[in-house]
Amino acid sequence: MNLPDYNFTALTPALILSLWAILILLVDLLFGERIQRWLSWLTVAGLLVTGASALSLWNVRAEGFSGMVVLDNFAIVVTVIAMIAGILAVLLSSDYLVDRDLFRPEYFALMLFSITGILLLASGRNLIMLFLGLELLSIPLYVLTGFARPDVQSEEAAMKYFLLGALASSFLVYGIALTYGATGSTDLLKIRDALQNVQVITSTLTLGGLILILVGFGFKVAAVPFHMWTPDVYQGAPTPITAYMSVGAKAGGFAALLRIMYVAFPQIASYWTGALVLLAIATLVVGNLLAIQQSSLKRLLAYSSIAHAGYILVGLAAGNNRGVAGALFYLLAYAFTNLGAFGIMIALSKKGEEADSIESYAGLSSRQPWLALAMTVFMLSLTGVPLTAGLVGKIFVFSAAAEAGLWTLLIVAVLTSVISAFYYLRLVVLMYMRDPINDFGTQVHLTPGVRTALALAVIGTVLLGIIPGNLIDFTNQTLAITTQTLVALVH
Amino acid sequence: MESIFFYATAAIALIGAIGMVLSRNAIHSALFLVLNFAATSVLYLMLNAPLLAVLQVTVYAGAIMVLFLFVIMLLNAENVSVDSHLRWQPIAALILGGLLLVETVVTVGRPLPLNPAGVTPETLNQLADPRVLAQFLFTDYLLPFEVTSLLLLVAMVGAVVLTKARPAQKRDQRRVRFADQVEGSEGASAVMSEPQGENRPVA
Amino acid sequence: MIEFLIEAVIKSAIIVLVLLTSFAYITWLERKVLARMQARIGPNRAAPFGLLLPLADGIKLIFKEDTTPLEADKFVYLLAPILAAVPAFIIFAVIPIGDTITLFGRTITLYLTDLNVGLLFIFSITSIGVYGIALAGWSSSNKYALLGGLRATAQMISYELPFSLSVVGVLMMVGSFSLVDIVKAQNSIWFVILQPVAFVIFMICAAAEVNRSPFDLPEAEQELTAGYHTEYSGMKFALFYAAEYIKIVAMSALAVVLFFGGWQGPPIPLIGSIPIIWFVIKVFIFLFAFIWVRATLPRFRYDQLMSLGWKVLLPLALANVVITAIAIVLRDLR
Repeated sequence: MNLPDYNFTALTPALILSLWAILILLVDLLFGERIQRWLSWLTVAGLLVTGASALSLWNVRAEGFSGMVVLDNFAIVVTVIAMIAGILAVLLSSDYLVDRDLFRPEYFALMLFSITGILLLASGRNLIMLFLGLELLSIPLYVLTGFARPDVQSEEAAMKYFLLGALASSFLVYGIALTYGATGSTDLLKIRDALQNVQVITSTLTLGGLILILVGFGFKVAAVPFHMWTPDVYQGAPTPITAYMSVGAKAGGFAALLRIMYVAFPQIASYWTGALVLLAIATLVVGNLLAIQQSSLKRLLAYSSIAHAGYILVGLAAGNNRGVAGALFYLLAYAFTNLGAFGIMIALSKKGEEADSIESYAGLSSRQPWLALAMTVFMLSLTGVPLTAGLVGKIFVFSAAAEAGLWTLLIVAVLTSVISAFYYLRLVVLMYMRDPINDFGTQVHLTPGVRTALALAVIGTVLLGIIPGNLIDFTNQTLAITTQTLVALVH
Repeated sequence: MESIFFYATAAIALIGAIGMVLSRNAIHSALFLVLNFAATSVLYLMLNAPLLAVLQVTVYAGAIMVLFLFVIMLLNAENVSVDSHLRWQPIAALILGGLLLVETVVTVGRPLPLNPAGVTPETLNQLADPRVLAQFLFTDYLLPFEVTSLLLLVAMVGAVVLTKARPAQKRDQRRVRFADQVEGSEGASAVMSEPQGENRPVA
Repeated sequence: MIEFLIEAVIKSAIIVLVLLTSFAYITWLERKVLARMQARIGPNRAAPFGLLLPLADGIKLIFKEDTTPLEADKFVYLLAPILAAVPAFIIFAVIPIGDTITLFGRTITLYLTDLNVGLLFIFSITSIGVYGIALAGWSSSNKYALLGGLRATAQMISYELPFSLSVVGVLMMVGSFSLVDIVKAQNSIWFVILQPVAFVIFMICAAAEVNRSPFDLPEAEQELTAGYHTEYSGMKFALFYAAEYIKIVAMSALAVVLFFGGWQGPPIPLIGSIPIIWFVIKVFIFLFAFIWVRATLPRFRYDQLMSLGWKVLLPLALANVVITAIAIVLRDLR
């Protein structure tokens, strides 16, 4: 039997990360409790190594395992986003867990497995791989959501996430099956080739497959109307997991969607851009409107994450290169900002007393001026105020929509941005303009891990927002190259 | 001959599926599902895919459904009461399911636009040989195959994490279980002691 | 087509008849051997050496009142013994007891069919066998029966894994699932010599799969009365009884096919080389071994059973697979 050339280069980051996860399981087995406090730093080291290995392969276009995976610049950018989300979340986790008697070494292993899933979603070029990547991303997340067991909310969240997630996966599988039936392949390039045929394009199987695939990934990225699980799951899960989930799951889902739409279905772009426009409008409106009336910060951030999925969908719906670049940049900015916001929550929480009520943030600036300032930066960035990463991201995706002539969508997006300012800035107003109502914020947990994470998040948010002109050009060029590698084909 | 056999098997599969949905008793539902799996497996055999047929029985009927049955019996959850506020669901499900059926007939009922991957009876016959299938698994589909094993590892780690008590909880649980037994519980927990030694009830 | 069908029907009928007879006489053998080992005489009333005892047993069971508990789930209660017995018979569809013989000018294979997934077929059928026991325990609406059923289910699921894994080594060496191929591959050397660890694991798991002593917890008299078949009587009980013994024959036959060269053996003086004879002799030795074990070993405790399965046998079986794989690769490289 002749074995083909597998070409492991294409798999380098995912390989390193999954082996590192297994290493963590083994380290725990061999050294037990003695090594506990170093475990989170070991995890961070793994993520750094993985990120470095990915960056070292920039512009090396490697294709491996009979076209199952391809490591192009697009995959590398998504990998970097996943690494940022992972590093920040791990830094926020360790002390949070110890504080609540939740510390277990498997936590970090599961986290790394989940991030491996994102990497596979970013570089998979076969529907089977994308499905497996999605499962590898999700299954550890189901477990991590229920990590605070026997806390009832956490258990409920895990159950809900698991059942609905399994349902969404079944939609995806059905969609893949229909696509295979119509085109005779699960390889994205071969699907593209098959779609040259008019009969295939007009086949209801193709359309059905496309829609079901959209549903499957739409659930993962929390797009309306597949968003029902989001608030409850975000609220029930341990806060660092919520933070990771809000960015990681989105990055994975959007990466896969981008690749499928741009590589396999460009022939029928008119079909899916229409669907994505509708999804985006629904997501923007519902997410932003429901966020207004929340009194829990976690739920507020949950609805805000739905809304931000909407903005990223605007980039996707544009269907042009600028849209891809915009979606990626938006994800990057969102990673820093959102993890930062959750980080503040974690710093202010202690066991049995989560800093969840928005009202309790009143007067925080007088007690914790630095934390209040950082929170303000994050809120401004989520709103999209100048000098923050959020604005640059929004400009990116909006201009992509304008380029594609999607004026209705653009108007909705701008209007909902204005609405969102209301609930983000309300928190800022509370922190600076009101007096404290109780002893909230007198004690904080600024451990080295949390400190590092918050510093990184603030720096990232601000730096991406104030990058000078030539840096913008640089970013533009990088993203342009990225997009080209996504769309370019190797036959 | 063949078509008679097909319709008979398909009818059995349908009876299994419908019975599973309609029966009130969870054990009966599970058994109907097993019937459905068995019938599906026969359909695979008729399609000249013996490996798939055998795996279908081993994995679904032999492993997964046995575990289902086991859990239902252990939890004594045969009769699940239907909550009153879910009454509208069967009707909605019926309507939507009917729509899906019509849709499926419309989509799949038409001939496929392309012959998927140039499949001919000869290539199908080749696939009946487990060796050919294995060859695919270790060449073109090696990566999905390995990622699946990674997935299973994750699921296993997750299951252990979710079920094994933490040191702090363990002490409390022992106390609770002991109290249970003093009050004269069913005794089921005493017999089905878990494989992990430290979780064994104090008996 | 028709000829093929007739041949298959005749073969099936022969298999079922032979199995039923052997079931009857294995019960007799077991009583005799156990008695001998415990320094008793054993059955000796019905005909010389108690040879007609199985017949007497059968008549007794037929005339016994067939009771059904009031609270029982009637349909499942009826279904359970059938689900227990049928898979036991089906296993023999793929077990080759000999190569081919020529009878009335026709070449006849001494097996019902030679599936290219034969061994997997056997595993899938044994895994179905759990249903009979689990459902019997549940439907009886009796707590001893339920506990017996649950124990049996957990035990069989746990031991299925090392059971299947233990033969993977053999499979890799042969490169085929077909039992005929496996027997033929042992032309020069039996697999028990090449795969001793696999053989030991296989035998332990086989005993656990058929709920035989020392793994007979599901029917441990002292704690569970008779376990899952506590409520059964008459012919329904006989079906469970038959299922258990026929499964023992099946496991013995499987051990012979996988590890002891199947029907192959040197020609015997005086008789010559009748194909089936070696197979029967080898199976008989294994049957004797099963009875011997029952007379010798005490029963496992439940946690011991589980930790043996999961912590010893499963890792051992996995290691065996890995080592075999490495050995095969090294052999091919040479």
